[in-house]
Amino acid sequence: MAALSVSFTLNGSPVTVEIDPAHRLLDTLRYQLALTGTKEGCGEGECGACTVYLDGLPVNSCLIPTYQVRGHRVETIESLDPGALEPFERCGATQCGACTPGVVMTAWWIREHVELLRTHSIRELMAGNLCRCTGYDGIIDSVEEALGERGRGKGEG
Amino acid sequence: MKRREALAKLTGRERYVDDLPLQDFLWGMTVRSPAPRGRVTATRFGKDVDWSQFVVVDHRDIPGPNVVALIEQDQPVLAANYVRHVHEPVLLLAHPSRDSVRRAVRAVDVVIAPESPALDFRIAPAPDQIQYGPDNVLKHLQIVKGDVERALAQAPVVVSGTYETGAQEHVYLETQGMIAYLEGDVLVVKGSMQCPYYVLKALQQALARDETKVRVIQTPTGGGFGGKEEFPSHIALHAALLALKSGRPVKLIYDRGEDMAATTKRHPARVRHRTGLSRDGRLLAQDIEVVIDGGAYVTLSPVVLSRAIIHAAGPYACDHVRITGRAMFTNAVPFGAFRGFGAPQSQFAGERHMDVIARTLGVDAVELRRINLLRDGQTTATGQAIRDGTDRLAVLERALELSRYREKQPEHAAFNATHTTLRRGSGLSTFYHGAGFTGGGEVALKSRLRVAGRPDGGVEVLSANIEMGQGTVTVFTELAATRLGLEPEDVTIAEADTSRVPNSGPTVASRTTMIVGGLIERAADDLRRRVGLDDTARGGTVKQAIRRWHREHPGEPLLGEAAYEKPPGIAWDDKTYRGDAYGAFAWAAYVAEVEVDLRTCATRVIDFVAVQEVGKVLNPTLARGQVQGGVVQGIGWALMEECKWRDGAMANNQLTNYLIPTSDDVPSVRVAFLENPYPHGAGGAKGLGELPIDGPAPAILNAVARATGADPRAIPLTPEKLMELVDGQASVGAQQAAPLR
Repeated sequence: MAALSVSFTLNGSPVTVEIDPAHRLLDTLRYQLALTGTKEGCGEGECGACTVYLDGLPVNSCLIPTYQVRGHRVETIESLDPGALEPFERCGATQCGACTPGVVMTAWWIREHVELLRTHSIRELMAGNLCRCTGYDGIIDSVEEALGERGRGKGEG
Repeated sequence: MKRREALAKLTGRERYVDDLPLQDFLWGMTVRSPAPRGRVTATRFGKDVDWSQFVVVDHRDIPGPNVVALIEQDQPVLAANYVRHVHEPVLLLAHPSRDSVRRAVRAVDVVIAPESPALDFRIAPAPDQIQYGPDNVLKHLQIVKGDVERALAQAPVVVSGTYETGAQEHVYLETQGMIAYLEGDVLVVKGSMQCPYYVLKALQQALARDETKVRVIQTPTGGGFGGKEEFPSHIALHAALLALKSGRPVKLIYDRGEDMAATTKRHPARVRHRTGLSRDGRLLAQDIEVVIDGGAYVTLSPVVLSRAIIHAAGPYACDHVRITGRAMFTNAVPFGAFRGFGAPQSQFAGERHMDVIARTLGVDAVELRRINLLRDGQTTATGQAIRDGTDRLAVLERALELSRYREKQPEHAAFNATHTTLRRGSGLSTFYHGAGFTGGGEVALKSRLRVAGRPDGGVEVLSANIEMGQGTVTVFTELAATRLGLEPEDVTIAEADTSRVPNSGPTVASRTTMIVGGLIERAADDLRRRVGLDDTARGGTVKQAIRRWHREHPGEPLLGEAAYEKPPGIAWDDKTYRGDAYGAFAWAAYVAEVEVDLRTCATRVIDFVAVQEVGKVLNPTLARGQVQGGVVQGIGWALMEECKWRDGAMANNQLTNYLIPTSDDVPSVRVAFLENPYPHGAGGAKGLGELPIDGPAPAILNAVARATGADPRAIPLTPEKLMELVDGQASVGAQQAAPLR
């Protein structure tokens, strides 16, 4: 297939890539732009490991053909401020780390949209990010901490 | 201490195998058998592909024996002319374009002359399905204590039951993958794995290379749960064969569909109990038969079966026990290691059976466990005397308190009496898990480890045990720092590279902290002695002495060493299956509270309490995370994770229709530890990683039985299956049980 030239804004800077029109945004980010922080977990939009922001909204980059982001704004895990991640280190939000960048992207989006917590629980909002290690408590606790909420009782721990 | 590599993982900077930069490489892929059994009569290459652009490897390209080294030498690297399961590897392809290699794999037609496959491990194979020994039994094991037949004949009450557990897919979030390339004449293989020395051994044997010509390096591993214990050897061999033939680096990464279809899963099992009891519920005889589906090759099934039968009688005292185990050959994709390693299957049956006994006898389920739990000085089924001083009744009592188990019973009764469609109930399991290799396994492993003194006065731990999320790097750092009085920053953990680290054994069997951690402590002591200090020297004194040693011995390595030594008083006889099966057991009591919606028959776990005694807890955040993750994996196995089979292979090999729990499917898991330091474990710790997968499924099904009055005997208890039970059909397990053979 003929290569297609696609320009978009990536983590605040303009980029242009020559792509196979069939390529997913996930592939373009990882294999062409070497932004390997975004992970592939399932390739069909179930696990959320490949979560990026498209015009500020979290999306599964495995479901987005790269040509669709032409002229749009994409942000990846590499754009986030690592200084704000302390609660996630402290509360056990990550174990193997394969789901983690996606988890952090969704968690950050919740932090930027706290009004959602009036109608949804953190557990509902995080349900698009599968984690096989933590059992989710470490993640939920971290999001609560990051939101400045007081952690709820967790037994004796 | 916070997880050491947490920030790298949180920011996406951690480099997994598929993230590593690689120049001028080929993508590798596997052509697989379409049929469960038969002779390969042809491999046809489609006309629409320019095959001259591809590297093609078949069994004739294997320099050494065509076998993946493991317990038995029975599983080929690539099928030569006969296949025993769907998805068995037949050919390997490589090409610079991943899209091209994917299309090419679809263009190869492997033609099989089909033969009759054995596909149900529970029924005796037809004569034309026999493929292993006289009866397709891969392994037979038995534990005998006392005289079970006589005790059953004399028992006032006998309660029988049959229980079944399904396969479970690991769903580590990072799929399996390897890269292979030549560095001069040394073959380098890097990838996601739990056991670098297993991979090294497999490469050496099949590629006929001595160990100086092969180097295996573990990359950060995105979850394992046992799934990366034995299987990575296959992918490593496949990537290596393509790299050797092409002379170029090869990257072979499974996508999720291939990973779920072609790699191992938890062994399905059927367990039958025949239990003799006094009228008040004292165990007088336990006759147990455990049958597991091994799949088409032996893999690790004999040791999975071993752990299954050793744990089958539960943490209870009983003088007359007979446990028979069989691992069956079938033409299913081979089953393999998965967290718990047989113990979850046999303890699901045992703990569900305890509640069936309680209901049959009209005895309280708590009381039944209380009167039978092992007291110090009593013996397990293998005759191992338990003398660890742990108060197992206190573990149970703590779980009851934290869950408000007793108070909730009238609350549930009132709720169920008034609510039209919802039913609530609580269920209990008491269980144990032996840490480390079974029996003489740790002695046979001969694990070795080094702690090196660095010229700057810090130390480096050299071990083959790996981080896959469970916290090895953090705990190893803490153990070395604590032993030598150093700061965590003074300790580095070496990459698991077989050219640098000694073989400290596989990262499996809940052995890494308890056993390998103990080697760190002793190697640190040895290091201290080598620089002229005694075991009381700490901190700055140690650092100065290490620096001084390096000034006096420029360029020489400073290595403290330790090798595994069996704790005193441990004895095991592998022929009779009598003796001390494990150096230590961890003990637990879990309580699940469920809510069942009678309209959909969906079960929701609304509260979960996990209380365990695991020796000393070294890192509370990591330990709690292990328990919470194990419990949620257990909830998935109990209620939703269902492999659908077609010709012995997983048909629903997608996360779209093989469902694992999301954050919204599970409650917060409330965790408590009772501590009784184990003198032979690092820092007093016992193994922890597998214990939490043993208890959730029986606790949940016991809760569903309480809530609904149904009598479920099999997992996964999906809504469809529970609907059959509550719609008035009798218990599946009890009705279909055939006589014990």
